Amino acid sequence: MTKEEIREEVLDILADIAPDEDLSNLDDSQSFREQMELDSMDFLDIVMELRKRHRVQVPEDDYVNLASMNSTVEYLEPLMKDIQKV
Amino acid sequence: MYDTLIIGAGMSGLAAGIRLAHFGQRVAILERHYTIGGLNSFYRLRGRNYDVGLHALTNITPKGAKRGPLARLLRQLRFSWDDFEISPQNGSQIVFPGAKLSFSNEFELMRSEVARQFPGQADAFDKMVSQIVDYDDLTDEHQQLSAREVVSSYITEPLLVEMLFCPLMFYGSAREHDMDWGQFCIMFRSIFLEGLGRPFAGVRLILKLLVKRFRSLGGELKLRSGVKRILTDDGHVCGVELEGGETIEARRVLSSAGWCETMRLCDDGDPVSSRASGQLSFCEAIATLDVPPSAFDYHQTITFFNDSPEFHWTKPTGEMCDVRSGVICSPDNFGYDRPLGEEGTMRVTVLADQDRWMALDDPDYRLAKHRWWDRIVESAVRFVPDFRARVIDTDMFTPGTIVRYTGHDNGAVYGAPDKQLDGTTHLDNLFVCGTDQGFVGIIGAIISGISMANMHCLRD
Repeated sequence: MTKEEIREEVLDILADIAPDEDLSNLDDSQSFREQMELDSMDFLDIVMELRKRHRVQVPEDDYVNLASMNSTVEYLEPLMKDIQKV
Repeated sequence: MYDTLIIGAGMSGLAAGIRLAHFGQRVAILERHYTIGGLNSFYRLRGRNYDVGLHALTNITPKGAKRGPLARLLRQLRFSWDDFEISPQNGSQIVFPGAKLSFSNEFELMRSEVARQFPGQADAFDKMVSQIVDYDDLTDEHQQLSAREVVSSYITEPLLVEMLFCPLMFYGSAREHDMDWGQFCIMFRSIFLEGLGRPFAGVRLILKLLVKRFRSLGGELKLRSGVKRILTDDGHVCGVELEGGETIEARRVLSSAGWCETMRLCDDGDPVSSRASGQLSFCEAIATLDVPPSAFDYHQTITFFNDSPEFHWTKPTGEMCDVRSGVICSPDNFGYDRPLGEEGTMRVTVLADQDRWMALDDPDYRLAKHRWWDRIVESAVRFVPDFRARVIDTDMFTPGTIVRYTGHDNGAVYGAPDKQLDGTTHLDNLFVCGTDQGFVGIIGAIISGISMANMHCLRD
């Protein structure tokens, strides 16, 4: 997956978690927590969805990398570069 | 071999089941009753639909709100706010002799009511509310403090203290006389700071949504499947035996049966020191009217009443029900976009002595239901318009009803007074959720199922 594809995938997970949220104005440099008021349960969900959909394992110590879209894509790129987009 | 077996198809069990099935677990929910819902169930009688537990959903925040239990629940279960079809309350009231506090889903109304009727307490009330807003239910070290002591340290007018406790205790205190400060904060937020609402179709809408989702994710729901024993081996659960004799193997069990009830099921001889069961149970007189209450100009959603300055939250002594205080709920009086029907409903809930109710044989039980229906309603119409001439059908919910739907010891509506907030037990793969884990109300129960599933069943 390219960075852009990974971003799309994360957006899809966020849309799945928060169907009422308008994600079109998401600022990639700002934290999810502030923009969407995500809590620790939601971050666990992003991790679980990545595991479910792509078998990507994010250890608990690495959750800090999922703060914003930019940092998430940056972190996931090496883990997901060999995954084919379906 | 199941990844997780869940005992009880109430709100918490169904919510936990959805979480686990969503993430690919093989999961089954085992329900003893022939229907789902537990305390929050529904039934049909003489052509009419009734809800068992639900008066109103608490924790109602508007669509788009990102904080609070409802928003969290929707995200965790992947529902949209609109799926629950919630209409807000019209407004409710707490009525004591010589004082009445109105409240709605706009907290400002309650603030102004307190300031108007208890002008000397307004600042103290605001201070207390700011403490309640900041209270962190996951970390706060003051969780176990006596709420009566904390509240009285702010508010010096005893009547106002009693009036604040009355609705919060009726809607969720398993403990007599007092509440834990943590529980008080959670209840205060859920009722006064967030608000009340109801789906047009009642609780069945929520249950049907949950079951449909659970099944679509591959979860199995087994009704009439009471668990007879939780099978253990050396500090570890290996499965369950059903009342029918069948055994089912599982890697872990999540039980919403209640703390004492779950401990008794374990076949290792209940080595854990036993805890007191809950004592507080309810009777509810249900009246079907030939017109909605708005026809006689009654628009309140809920009326909490108490006929003396002091509010008594304790098991009735000497009589089968305590009619000095109660909750009058009108399911018609929510802001629906269309009338609920041509008829109307009034429900009056009061404390009841489970021992006396359960001791009756069949004819006496039926007689008692009639006698107490009359006495409960007679007490209620001191505080709302007398609707008795409008009654076309009646039903009565007793502690026996609660036992039948929940299996709780003593028909304890909110379970045992001591809660197991972290959900763990003496067995490393047995966990509890639901009432005795510590969250009450429909939204609370769902959050309980979600949190315990996340914390204990999804980490491997």
